[in-house]
Amino acid sequence: MSEIQIVEAPPGVEGAGFFATSLDKAIGLARSYSLWPLPFATSCCGIEFMATMASTYDLSRFGAERLSFSPRQADLLMVMGTISKKMGPVLRQVYLQMAEPRWVMAVGACASSGGIFDTYSVLQGIDEVIPVDVYVPGCPPRPEAIIDGFIGIQKLVQTESLRRRNTPEYQKLLASYGIQ
Amino acid sequence: MSKITNEELLNSIKAKFDSDVTNISEPFGLLTLETSREKVLDLLTFLKTDAALQFIFLTDITAIHYPEAEKQIGVIYHVHSLVNNIRIRIKVFVADGDVKMPTATELWNGANWMERETYDLFGVVFEGHPDLRRILNVDDMTVFPMRKEYPLEDPNRVDKRDYFFGR
Repeated sequence: MSEIQIVEAPPGVEGAGFFATSLDKAIGLARSYSLWPLPFATSCCGIEFMATMASTYDLSRFGAERLSFSPRQADLLMVMGTISKKMGPVLRQVYLQMAEPRWVMAVGACASSGGIFDTYSVLQGIDEVIPVDVYVPGCPPRPEAIIDGFIGIQKLVQTESLRRRNTPEYQKLLASYGIQ
Repeated sequence: MSKITNEELLNSIKAKFDSDVTNISEPFGLLTLETSREKVLDLLTFLKTDAALQFIFLTDITAIHYPEAEKQIGVIYHVHSLVNNIRIRIKVFVADGDVKMPTATELWNGANWMERETYDLFGVVFEGHPDLRRILNVDDMTVFPMRKEYPLEDPNRVDKRDYFFGR
């Protein structure tokens, strides 16, 4: 027997020769295990992310094998490190260049809240300029914590409706950041 | 070891700028002196071009703010003689409201970014600088953050409010 485990099928109606489920769930399943992360690494959390991608922790087990260094092909923006106020517009531009559907993960204390850098030159959390889906605490977080945050993103992807971008809540959220 | 001592260096400065240098001290063996805004360029030019001294390397230009002092803002030059292996520190204090200095970019091209940084953080206006604008902070910043009257912390930070800690 093969040792390979495959994901469970989403809930649906099963019978002889057919399986029916909603398109949301099927596509959410496919999306969640083929996320293309864009690492936006500015400091030490980026080093932890390198460990997360390397063989011991191996983020590619979760389908995130392919890092996208172009925002246009990326699904998930992973912001790792201190974002200065001068970097803020750059980060926002990267986010704007990503196509829907897109998710954002703030890794580490600095990206989440400014961390120890409570100072005039540092952005006090990236949620001042772009919406964030998952926050990973730690300074820096262990690779396990980054993986936990990534699994949180996968859960979001699986349970969100297929066209989240059309929902009023989402459009209201983006409008509060002055996007669209 | 330095090829000339602080004493010899001070004597050659005194020979030319006798009463223009004040508050001479040697903290940690680094010769430190104060001069006036009018004389600082002459002094720097002398240090750089003198055949024996040859202070050809400008290590840093920075500033300091003493809110209680009469002359609040001090501009500090660190100059290094690579030939003689010796350093000197020159301070110039100016009053708040009149924070202007002559530029040193004609002596050292490297002074360009150092003066921009000093302008960015302390608001010292270097007259004659070719391109005096902010270098480190965002362009639309309206304050000079290293001056004591501006708080260091970002006002948008909410998780350090006193009521979270029962204060």
